[in-house]
Amino acid sequence: MFESVAAEDFMIISVAMDADIEAARPWVTEAAPSYVTLIDQHHLLSSLYNMVNVPQAVWIDEQGQMVRPVESGGSIDILREFDFEAGGFKPEAQARAGAAKAAYTEAVKDWAMHGANSKFVFTPEQARAHVSATSDDVMLAHAKFQLGQYLAAAGRTEEAEALFAECRVLHPDSWNIFRQTTEKTEIGIAAGEDFWNKVMALGDKQYYASVDMEGMP
Amino acid sequence: MTTVLTEDSFTQTSAQPGAGLWMDPAEVTAATGWTLKPEGLCKGDICVPVPAGQEAEFVADGSVNLGMFWTHMGKTATASAAGDVWFLGEGAQTRNNALLSLQAPDFTLPDFDGKLHSLSDFRRQRVLLITWASW
Repeated sequence: MFESVAAEDFMIISVAMDADIEAARPWVTEAAPSYVTLIDQHHLLSSLYNMVNVPQAVWIDEQGQMVRPVESGGSIDILREFDFEAGGFKPEAQARAGAAKAAYTEAVKDWAMHGANSKFVFTPEQARAHVSATSDDVMLAHAKFQLGQYLAAAGRTEEAEALFAECRVLHPDSWNIFRQTTEKTEIGIAAGEDFWNKVMALGDKQYYASVDMEGMP
Repeated sequence: MTTVLTEDSFTQTSAQPGAGLWMDPAEVTAATGWTLKPEGLCKGDICVPVPAGQEAEFVADGSVNLGMFWTHMGKTATASAAGDVWFLGEGAQTRNNALLSLQAPDFTLPDFDGKLHSLSDFRRQRVLLITWASW
């Protein structure tokens, strides 16, 4: 998606939120990206930036200031428009998702080229208004998740699973925690019955929060 | 032996596993950067005094109950069932203040060849930080 974005003084840092590095490696090998690709096995960024899903993006300027805090990148919420009979997303949903990706990519290009003069850069006041607050329960969920990852790596699977179950209750909005720790399909995707039940139970909540950006559907 | 994990460190300590995290003060400093002084547990210019009347729950027989101190400071502490592995994390208020400062939290993570990279290595560049996953 972002391979076409190239500018001096601009870098993409892509981070795989994967507890198992070998699950993520084939994607990196195949994509052979020209940008920096890191692995976050303990979901440190979820805790540091209050991230809840993938993809999520942050725009960081030359001074290390966030000029667009955590947002859903070019993804929009079309999950409930999946046509199970046809085995794919409804065409109008696919078109909206494609338009969102294109609009977001164009915005990133604009920022890559024009920096602080890009119209997509938030003022500090706007940026602060887009920061979502974390809570004690969420921080405890992150702590238990990281503890669980350590125990899982040490072979203490049952203890780890018990901690992950606590995490899912403490931080029910985190798809990162849910999808990392729930059952996967045979191709490693967390899109089984539990996933779809949770999606369908979202109600008024969004799977991907809307991105506040001109041109985004 | 008790293992103490933080967001950026891993320390094996001589603490006895249990419901509390009673540690040798030198090991507390090694694991967290906080140091026991007469005025309390200190790091840089900050000192957190022992709450009056609760001295025995925080410092006893030359040991520090780091788990008690950690939660008293508004931070997050959690342990394995046996108390042999602890994770000491940040608190919500500190994290929220950091995010509202708009300074992007620094981190150090490996690439797929194991080489470490920090966000701060890319200062003077605009950075699009973007996450993904195989799942």
